[in-house]
Amino acid sequence: MFKIMYKKELSPGIFHMDIEAPRVAKKAKAGQFIVLRVDEKGERIPLTIADFDVEKGTITLIFQVLGASTMQLSALNEGDSIVDFAGPLGQPSEIDGNMGTVVCIGGGIGVAPVYPIARAMHEAGNKVISIMGAKTKDILIFEDKMRAISDEVIIATDDGSYGVKGFVTTALQQLVDRGEKIDQVTAIGPGIMMKSVCDATRPLGIKTIVSLNPVMVDGTGMCGGCRVQVGDEMKFACVDGPEFDGHLVDFNNLMSRGRMFREQEAKAKDHVCNIGLGR
Amino acid sequence: MALVLEKHKMPEQDPQVRAHNFQEVALGYDEETAVAEANRCLGCKNPQCRPGCPVGIDIPAFIGKIKERDFDSAISIIKESSSLPAVCGRVCPQENQCEKNCVLTHKGESVAIGRLERFVADYQLDKNEEVKPIEFAPDAQKVAIIGAGPSGLTCAGDLARKGYKVTIFEALHVAGGVLSYGIPEFRLPKDKIVKREIDNLQKMGVTIEVNSIAGRLFTVDELMAEMGFDAVFVGTGAGLPHFMNIPGESLNGVYSSNEFLTRCNLMKAYDFPNHATPIAMGKKVAVVGGGNVAMDAARTSLRLGADKVYIVYRRSEAELPARAEEVHHAKEEGIDFKLLNNPVEIIGDENGWVKSLKCIRMELGEPDASGRRRPVAVEGSEFELDVDTVIMAIGNGPNPIVASTTPGMDTNKRGNIIADEETGATTKEGVFAGGDIVTGAATVILAMGAGKKAAAAIDEYLKSKK
Repeated sequence: MFKIMYKKELSPGIFHMDIEAPRVAKKAKAGQFIVLRVDEKGERIPLTIADFDVEKGTITLIFQVLGASTMQLSALNEGDSIVDFAGPLGQPSEIDGNMGTVVCIGGGIGVAPVYPIARAMHEAGNKVISIMGAKTKDILIFEDKMRAISDEVIIATDDGSYGVKGFVTTALQQLVDRGEKIDQVTAIGPGIMMKSVCDATRPLGIKTIVSLNPVMVDGTGMCGGCRVQVGDEMKFACVDGPEFDGHLVDFNNLMSRGRMFREQEAKAKDHVCNIGLGR
Repeated sequence: MALVLEKHKMPEQDPQVRAHNFQEVALGYDEETAVAEANRCLGCKNPQCRPGCPVGIDIPAFIGKIKERDFDSAISIIKESSSLPAVCGRVCPQENQCEKNCVLTHKGESVAIGRLERFVADYQLDKNEEVKPIEFAPDAQKVAIIGAGPSGLTCAGDLARKGYKVTIFEALHVAGGVLSYGIPEFRLPKDKIVKREIDNLQKMGVTIEVNSIAGRLFTVDELMAEMGFDAVFVGTGAGLPHFMNIPGESLNGVYSSNEFLTRCNLMKAYDFPNHATPIAMGKKVAVVGGGNVAMDAARTSLRLGADKVYIVYRRSEAELPARAEEVHHAKEEGIDFKLLNNPVEIIGDENGWVKSLKCIRMELGEPDASGRRRPVAVEGSEFELDVDTVIMAIGNGPNPIVASTTPGMDTNKRGNIIADEETGATTKEGVFAGGDIVTGAATVILAMGAGKKAAAAIDEYLKSKK
């Protein structure tokens, strides 16, 4: 059993949880993910690591309530436990001190997995410019954390309630327009956002890394559900990724595959609502 | 006594009924049938059955005990050689192993060795006897086993019985490996059989740690240098699934057999939404491949409510790699075998879902390197099979995580760990390996055989170090 040490609702439907998993915390690196199961009948859900604390022995997860499983997870409180927690999984981000100027882009809750990557890049001595995107000001997360490890933070909201009005690509364009020499972009967020970022950086020849979160079952390199088309190769996000060269990712296919279980997801959510979260 | 030429039939669920439930298909012998079947054994002076068993069970001896109705002794004899008899009695390809060389095959059918093994194994499990814990010496040496599948469980059982303290590290949330995620409930019940066999190993004193991803949570070097293990056995099993590399394999409605079966068996998607993991599938399913896994995926599809299920296989019936019994059961249940057909493209609809499977007819040409006649495409014979779900059951490659984080443990060009066939010794001292991670996809019993040989070799190695 893995105990929930801390829980906070950051904004409506978006939760922060610290889970006690000392062995995982000791080995976790920026860019990796974990797989958890809430209860004995639960599904295995992959979540990217938003932070880790070796001393406390905890892993920080940020998740948005979307389906039945995240709804159940969100109903648990500090002191409660989940049955399974496995990781760290996937390849860590490739980070060194000679990356130059890196733009770290997080859209929605994608800011959470970008944070440890941006921090590691900052600690390695690179110049980090962060772009944080959200629909509106109220659902923006991790602003203080990102400011603490970034040389500059640009915020973009769809409705203009905070920062630049527009998308993360609007903010990115501003950087380009002012003549900022960008050596790498790392972008994490919804598929459509990562696709737009890649479409913007491709003609400029800026190396762009994205972190993918496709459907997975085991997450350990067995089921093959997380296959993604990268250039002319089929890759598996759980062992080859989750980070890939964004210019080579077939985002249309990724987004289409993300809808494969939509009907079932709705049914599962209804089921949980009908019988209560305890199942 | 007159020779009975045929095996005693094992009662089975009616095909029409069982095709729609997940309960076990074959129901097992009762005592009288088991004794009658045992009496068919001639007790050969020079038995040919035993050399056919990958774990070397003393087959004539255990059958002799069944004749005497001494079922306790019969199972004890099996357990000297096999840690998982209730599993093997159900899933071993006996017709290619022990039963193949039975002297009775000259006149009729062999003794039903597998069914008899299953009978005594179930007899003992049903008795729910206390399992005696092993008393380990305070200075007992420690062995780490990576992967709680057939090879790892066998290796663990043998080593524990020899007095070694064994810990199995399993990546998934339950032990069993392919016994839990791969082989369906209707062929190998999970709670009734797999879980109980594993529980018994734990009661005996084997420690199993689930959710423990070797290579990520700790490396093999850390197991030996920091965590106090004197030897390591790597039995990580099947890895990433193969696909055919044809257009359309990323469409919605396409699964690997690994994913499809894991959803259903490990995650119990057949009980969705009560269990949270879904399977999205249509009513017309094509399973590509001809092995046991393909049969399992096809029969599982039926049970999940498909109206029409095809097996698409590029060779002919004679080359089907599946056990004869699985093919027979699949046909009885109404699976449609599209033999000598090879998929060339999966065609999708405007929403990105599978609409049909385009195949080409094949004919058999000259024998290839495997000795089987090579299938050759018949030009211009393409046709579309009207399906909405495609399951690729054409094997898998090795999982890279442990090998890539273990310097000094070499792999071949396919990524399988290089290990001595007789001992399982890898190129790294103190590290042994066996099962699918070494051989590529094979059978439960071959993996168990490898685990057994490795246990003997680890015993030798640790004695020499003491």
